[in-house]
Amino acid sequence: MMNGTMNGFLLSILIWLPLLGSVAVMVAGAHRPTMAKGLALLISSAAFLLGLPLFFSFDTSTAAMQFVELRPWIETFNIQYYLGVDGFSAPLILLTLFFGVLVVIAGWRSIQKNVNQYMAAFLVMEGLMIGVFCALDGLLFYVFFEAMLIPMFLVIGIWGGPRRVYATIKFFLYTFLGSVFMLIGLIYLYIQSGTWDILAWHEMPLSFNAQKWLFLGFLAAFAVKIPMFPVHTWLPDAHVEAPTGGSVILAAIMLKIGGYGFIRFSLPITPDASAALDWLVIGLSLIAVVYIGFVALAQQDMKKLIAYSSISHMGFVTLGLFIAFAIYRNTGGVSGAALGVEGAMVQMISHGFISGALFLTVGVLYDRVHSRMIKDYGGVANTMPWFALFAVFFLMANSGLPGTSGFVGEFMVILSSFQANFWFAFLAALTLILGAAYSLWLAKRVIFGAVTNREVQNLQDINSREALVLGTLAVAILVVGLWPQPLVDMLQASVDHLLQHIVQSKVI
Amino acid sequence: MSLQTTLLLIPLLPLGGAVLAGLFRNQVGRVGSHTVTILGVGLSFALSAWILMQQINGTLETVNISVYTWMISDGIRFQVGFLIDHLTTLMMCVVTFVSLMVHIYTIGYMRDDPGYQRFFSYIALFTFSMLMLVMSNNFMQLFFGWEAVGLVSYLLIGFWFNKESAIKANLKAFLVNRVGDFGFLLGIAAVLLTFDTLDYAEVFAQAGTAVDQTLSVPGGMEWNMLTFICVCLFIGAMGKSAQAPLHVWLPDSMEGPTPISALIHAATMVTAGIFMVARMSPLFELSDAALSFVMLTGAVTALSMGLIGIVQNDVKRVIAYSTLSQLGYMTVALGVSAYSAAIFHLMTHAFFKALLFLGAGSVIIAMHHEQDMRYMGGLRKYMPVTWLTAWVGTLALVGFPFFAGFYSKDAIIEAVADSHRWGSSVAYFAVVAGVLITAIYSFRLLYLTFHGKERFEVIHDSGDHPPSGQLAHAPKESPLVVTIPLILLAIPSVVIGWMTIEPVLFGGWLEDSIFVLDKNNVLAELGEHFHGATAMALHSVNTLPFWLMITGLALATLIYLIRPSIADTVRNRVPFLYRLLDNKYYFDEFYQKFFAHGSVRLGRILWHKADAGFIDNGMVNGSARVVEWVAARVRRWQTGFLYDYAFAMIIGLIGILAVWVMMAP
Amino acid sequence: MLTLAHFLTLGAILFSLSIAGIFINRKNIIILLMCIELMLLAVNMNFVAFSRFLGNLDGQIFVFFILTVAAAEAGIGLAILVVLFRNRQTINVAELDDLKG
Repeated sequence: MMNGTMNGFLLSILIWLPLLGSVAVMVAGAHRPTMAKGLALLISSAAFLLGLPLFFSFDTSTAAMQFVELRPWIETFNIQYYLGVDGFSAPLILLTLFFGVLVVIAGWRSIQKNVNQYMAAFLVMEGLMIGVFCALDGLLFYVFFEAMLIPMFLVIGIWGGPRRVYATIKFFLYTFLGSVFMLIGLIYLYIQSGTWDILAWHEMPLSFNAQKWLFLGFLAAFAVKIPMFPVHTWLPDAHVEAPTGGSVILAAIMLKIGGYGFIRFSLPITPDASAALDWLVIGLSLIAVVYIGFVALAQQDMKKLIAYSSISHMGFVTLGLFIAFAIYRNTGGVSGAALGVEGAMVQMISHGFISGALFLTVGVLYDRVHSRMIKDYGGVANTMPWFALFAVFFLMANSGLPGTSGFVGEFMVILSSFQANFWFAFLAALTLILGAAYSLWLAKRVIFGAVTNREVQNLQDINSREALVLGTLAVAILVVGLWPQPLVDMLQASVDHLLQHIVQSKVI
Repeated sequence: MSLQTTLLLIPLLPLGGAVLAGLFRNQVGRVGSHTVTILGVGLSFALSAWILMQQINGTLETVNISVYTWMISDGIRFQVGFLIDHLTTLMMCVVTFVSLMVHIYTIGYMRDDPGYQRFFSYIALFTFSMLMLVMSNNFMQLFFGWEAVGLVSYLLIGFWFNKESAIKANLKAFLVNRVGDFGFLLGIAAVLLTFDTLDYAEVFAQAGTAVDQTLSVPGGMEWNMLTFICVCLFIGAMGKSAQAPLHVWLPDSMEGPTPISALIHAATMVTAGIFMVARMSPLFELSDAALSFVMLTGAVTALSMGLIGIVQNDVKRVIAYSTLSQLGYMTVALGVSAYSAAIFHLMTHAFFKALLFLGAGSVIIAMHHEQDMRYMGGLRKYMPVTWLTAWVGTLALVGFPFFAGFYSKDAIIEAVADSHRWGSSVAYFAVVAGVLITAIYSFRLLYLTFHGKERFEVIHDSGDHPPSGQLAHAPKESPLVVTIPLILLAIPSVVIGWMTIEPVLFGGWLEDSIFVLDKNNVLAELGEHFHGATAMALHSVNTLPFWLMITGLALATLIYLIRPSIADTVRNRVPFLYRLLDNKYYFDEFYQKFFAHGSVRLGRILWHKADAGFIDNGMVNGSARVVEWVAARVRRWQTGFLYDYAFAMIIGLIGILAVWVMMAP
Repeated sequence: MLTLAHFLTLGAILFSLSIAGIFINRKNIIILLMCIELMLLAVNMNFVAFSRFLGNLDGQIFVFFILTVAAAEAGIGLAILVVLFRNRQTINVAELDDLKG
């Protein structure tokens, strides 16, 4: 079975191909930018193509891990090189592979300095992020989780804007502080169970008190990553200073790691604590949706606005995940809960596409005018009609227009939260108004109107490379929006499996 | 061709046209773009008409088919599908017909516009969205169509995106609609909670079982579930159909090109709310409270918006306020359970209001984009076809016997009179008084535009933008592509009411689509006194609305044609009232100050004070500052002198020794 | 008769003297080195005394180690001192505060 053997190494290949490839790019591409870019494109495209079996050979009928690889790593501490994917991680890996290719194309012209290092950093990041999504060993997860910060730190710190040092340090300290608490939690779990196997932790009984502290530790790590109010302030700064590609990866993939962490750790390992503290997460999510929505409205900087809108949209992810507990408590059943969890996952994928697309859109303008401030634009549609088409489409998707992927996740989460509590749905649905307000007001000020200045007058419409990137994303957004069934199919079994954890107490 | 293919083609043909004209605008060119879209919409109309014929012949039963499964989540099947019954077919025919007329008209109206292909692409896309909305068999697809028409409306209002007023208006339109959609989405969520499905057929089948269900809202409230659902859904309708207080976007939407004012903001999209409530009649019927709410909202809108129409000077805005008022009539009809009457008025209104708008557009072309009626007058001799069709439209609008509007409006007034719903006497007053007001503003429009003195000057040496009231060339009749749609719309504006009142209102044409409880069935009561369309028209001479209409005609003739000074006198006598109407009851100012500025200011405060101030400066930089402060203190211990360190070591050693000695047993 | 206590007392006095020398002396770094030597000698005194009174030779063997280390230390210390003087033209302890925080 050719296919079977291949699948046995697939995840390793996906992790190590970009990681090792980055070395090749670094060496072969030194002082030869075209070579570096070409090689990076080749490697990321190869990884994407190799990763397609994750979609086509994925068995949607089971919640068990697939494409599993299990080898001993550090035997003294029972640490294993344990990889596998289920319905939660497979779509996220595909998303990562997809963006791996796009950022290389997006950085084709805009990066002039140390091209080989830039491309190598992105390949490293890609490999590490895939590692995060498929690690099933607690320590392996932690290694990938932390290592991922380094390339991002470098990308912002080297190719970033004027306040890049402030932004990188803030980004690094924030995320690092959070993940240290998680490390304590992981070590505690290892001491309790004698294994680093995450799946074994899922089945392990724990006292309520232990669960509570573990939950808070995980919350510290993932809340920063997602980010949730009030630990979100690193994100706007990081986005503003990051180069376009950095912003895209940050928004499209890295934030998802927070959501994925909740699914992989918090919910199944500490279900009782999650149930007891769901008010905290739900409350913070709703604050994120409403409060951040208002804050986004007041932004002057396009990237900051999109960053705040990301926070607001990621509020739907945490809301969708934790609404299940409220539903279970209020109704005694989990009817409607799967809708919330699946909605959260769909929202993650969709937000990946949309926020990535929006940052690329801003990048297109930034490459030409070198400003991110809204007031420097106006009437762009006059000189860049095709660009305007894409920008308005993405902004509409951002405001949750049905038919685009932005609608699906929000719709599911709002439907689900209504099952739990009227006010949850009421506040969450306010995003319909707020999201449209900040997105379309941005469109009004930047895209529409009369041409405001000479810079805008001289703008060139997008070239075929940019059109390819934006067009691909537009198609992806439309496909998920018009037919989410294949995506939901991948999730179904895993979500049902996850919900069993929610209804079963793990307290000894 | 199977039925499913036919049904699929109906929305997809316009979509195909939109894609071709929009994405391949350079390849298809100007002629190509209007050819493909007109072909698409025309075929779509032909197929709709074919379906209608089959239904009239009785060879086609109600069809409920699923096209594909959008998603299955949590055991709930979300589908995309079509429910084709008489109500749907009626809407499909109205939508495609008016759309076709507007497409043809646009060839003339937008002839010189650089965004020609884009415009055709948008209106074809609109036709697709509207068809998806009316053909839907479930709430999710309804919401899809609902928002999609909102999107196209947004794009079209802001079509001339260099005009600041246009892009303000489209933002406003979208946001106000979103306020409605906010309610609508909560309504859908409540439907899902109650019935575990979003399919119309399944929801309606179970509607009766939900009568006594309540929604317990944390905070100690218990709401009747069906009332909640209906009110929420109706809030959506208030946004889309521009009912007070969510009406503010519609007058501003007149910033868009006139063809879309006719198509979207008069004939079709704004009636989506009316259609939706009629479609949901099995739910609304079960909640008297929601119906009263619907009726009163409609009554307030019908009367108050008509009054504003009297003082407007922009020709399109007068028609826009008239649209608001007429939408109020439809809503009142819904509120008294006369759903068929609402749909009937929707249909007749679509024809005559599209006619009026297109006529206004024709005038605007002739006046070189001057829209202020104070600089018109006497156009009748320059553009006879437009003038005659405008008369037809106006007579239909004011409800002159035998014209289309007469039948639908009279049916609504009679239905309200017969209704026993709580508050129906208020609604009755509103709709009857509305007749007088409608007559005044309609004839005012007609007189100021086509009759009386010419208040414009023809000068020959001006630049591109002559000042108001000055024209470079004498006005002349519009080309055939403009006048033919006017004539084609004028025909149904005259006859459609007389022809169809019997089947639509009393013949049970909509029986399968609309559910009315016997106790609410005011139209059945009316039906007992109905002796044919001609008799109804002749009988109307004995009724109050007819004489109110005649009074309005007389007043308008007196004030605007014979003694124009009266208008000024009245205005000076009651300046307060005039200002109130001229400023549209200050809704815009209030919303602008309170919601628009308020939320931006709130955002700014939250950003600067909470986000940047408290979290970033307080918590994040604060913790950094604490570390810095402590370190600044502690560093003094590091003197750098060896003897200090040695001393500290000794002290430490002694300390440890002391502890050790004391700890020893 | 001299008892163990006498030797230990002598050791303690020498040790205290050297400590006092380290942190009272603020002038000359050579005195610091001498004090360190003295401290080691005080320890040696204790080793020898215990070795004699407990009849165990291990203590005296340690003394040789310590003497060796002390010699090496003095050599390195003086070398550092020379370099220090070459760079700073002073061996005044009160002026050497490079470690100040």
